[in-house]
Amino acid sequence: MSLIREPNIADADGFYEELVGAQRDLTDEEAEMLLAKLVLILANHVGDRAVLSDAIRMASAKPGGAAMIPGYAV
Amino acid sequence: MLKTYTYPEFPYVRSPELGEGKVRRYPVVIIGAGPIGLSAALDCARRGIATVVLDDSNTVSVGSRAVCYAKRPLEIWDRLGVGERVAEQGVSWKVGKVFFRDDLVYSFDLLPEAEHKMPAMVNLQQYYLEQHLVEACAKTGLVDLRWKHRVINVVRAADHVVLTVDTPDGVFRMQADWLIACDGANSDTRRMLGAKFTGQFFQDQFLIADVVMKAAFPTERWFWFDPPFHRGQSVLLHKQCDNVWRIDFQLGANADAEEAKKPENVIPRIHAMLGKDIEFELEWVSVYQFACRRVDNFRYGRVLFAGDSAHQVSPFGARGANTGVQDVDNLAWKLALVLKGAAPEALLDSYHEERAFAADDNLLNSTRSTDFITPKSRVSRLLRDAVLELAADQPFARRLVNSGRLSTPTPYLHSSLNTADDAVFTGAMQPGTPCADAPVKVGKSRGWLLGHLGDGFVLLSFGKAPVEELRFGQVSARVLTVGTDIVDEAGILKQRYDGQPGTVYLIRPDQYVAARWRAFDADNIQAALRRCLAACTRSPA
Repeated sequence: MSLIREPNIADADGFYEELVGAQRDLTDEEAEMLLAKLVLILANHVGDRAVLSDAIRMASAKPGGAAMIPGYAV
Repeated sequence: MLKTYTYPEFPYVRSPELGEGKVRRYPVVIIGAGPIGLSAALDCARRGIATVVLDDSNTVSVGSRAVCYAKRPLEIWDRLGVGERVAEQGVSWKVGKVFFRDDLVYSFDLLPEAEHKMPAMVNLQQYYLEQHLVEACAKTGLVDLRWKHRVINVVRAADHVVLTVDTPDGVFRMQADWLIACDGANSDTRRMLGAKFTGQFFQDQFLIADVVMKAAFPTERWFWFDPPFHRGQSVLLHKQCDNVWRIDFQLGANADAEEAKKPENVIPRIHAMLGKDIEFELEWVSVYQFACRRVDNFRYGRVLFAGDSAHQVSPFGARGANTGVQDVDNLAWKLALVLKGAAPEALLDSYHEERAFAADDNLLNSTRSTDFITPKSRVSRLLRDAVLELAADQPFARRLVNSGRLSTPTPYLHSSLNTADDAVFTGAMQPGTPCADAPVKVGKSRGWLLGHLGDGFVLLSFGKAPVEELRFGQVSARVLTVGTDIVDEAGILKQRYDGQPGTVYLIRPDQYVAARWRAFDADNIQAALRRCLAACTRSPA
């Protein structure tokens, strides 16, 4: 399996609202902890090391540097 | 301090070279009578090679040093005759607990695989280990242990090494065909040879307190991240023998180590940790920093580095002494065969190949633990803390908690001494892997596979083999037949080695698998034996 780069979230706007909403009443520290936990939970769900490495590379790419990721186009 | 142990004082003996006016030549000289140097001397003695061991002190390791010995080193020491003693005296633990801030996050049971002679690990003070090794060396009659002998110069010649040795009675020179440098992380030998020793140095300081508990306390390993009694840092507690407990406090990079070491500062810290009613006495307190680095080559001609002189790791995961003794296990049989002229010097290049590979694996593991325990940035701490918070309820996160990973041997999967499989096998015993132990019987007596493998080449044959041994030059591989020589009553040996009838394993003198086949073929076996000796030509015999 490779990293999914096409839209894959059903109800994308609803998901984003929920993600932002989850930290509405939190301090910055609490919100950061929530995001860190979320990363770990999702990473465990994915499991596939190659996919995780691709995702880390994608997240690390500088804006405009996305072309460095094979197959990834904005 | 130090009330539970009396340090032996070994006698200094004047070396015969002093005043003799001639330089003597020895086959093997070892610098350093620590666990690695002494194990090297013992392994050489097992192979009939006399050694001279030079050490600048006259006692065993002082203070808090290595504590935890894992199964593979215990198996090596068992082969060398001291494993049972270390395992019996050592403290075994199975339950570990991880705390984060005020709470117990989770407990775990190591649940080591059953049916191995040696336990997954034991804790024992280094001075006891060294004492047992010194006594074992004396019994061989082949180890010339010279205390208060400090090597002040090492010069390499084409086919030997010249050492200059300083003693209480003066300075003398000696020659060694081969020199094994087991002189520790600050190895003078390495410096004198100009060998590079590079890696990462960690700024964090750690305070070790060895304390004697006066009341019973559970034999468990406890690890705290950011506890209320030591905010922002980590603390480790585990047990050694004589009711001595090792407590390891992370101090951070900027702490005043001298101040932290004072009993008036250490004692309240320990009370805060164990409870104010716990009675204990301080046995030893020291502060250390560490580095993760390795020598560029384990072999400099006729000088061979082993133990901390070759690789320095963080203490997390107990990889220092544990990997050092595996260096020796790898080196001794190769050196013995080269000394006897039974294998070319090139065999010793495989010592670097295999043990540098293992050192890099250990350094990787040790650095990962260090980075988890001492996060280097705000966000790496955030991720670490997120793992710990999740670990309370989520088993997946426990797998990410890294307070040190148990030291297990690194298989030499890509070693040039291996012969690749030409058939399909299941299980873990692929070429380059250390042999798993298994219970076996001989007649009515119960024993263990590793004890029957001994320390020469063995052909472990599942079913009758057509010969009793196979030779290549001066080297012979003895056939050990499962079913007649040793009986696999419980079927564990067969299961661990995928030992279908006809299967044959070629096992090295350090009890690593070199090759395996589904049928006995003398030509194949001889080719594998030749490869395992780094001999590229046909049999000289």
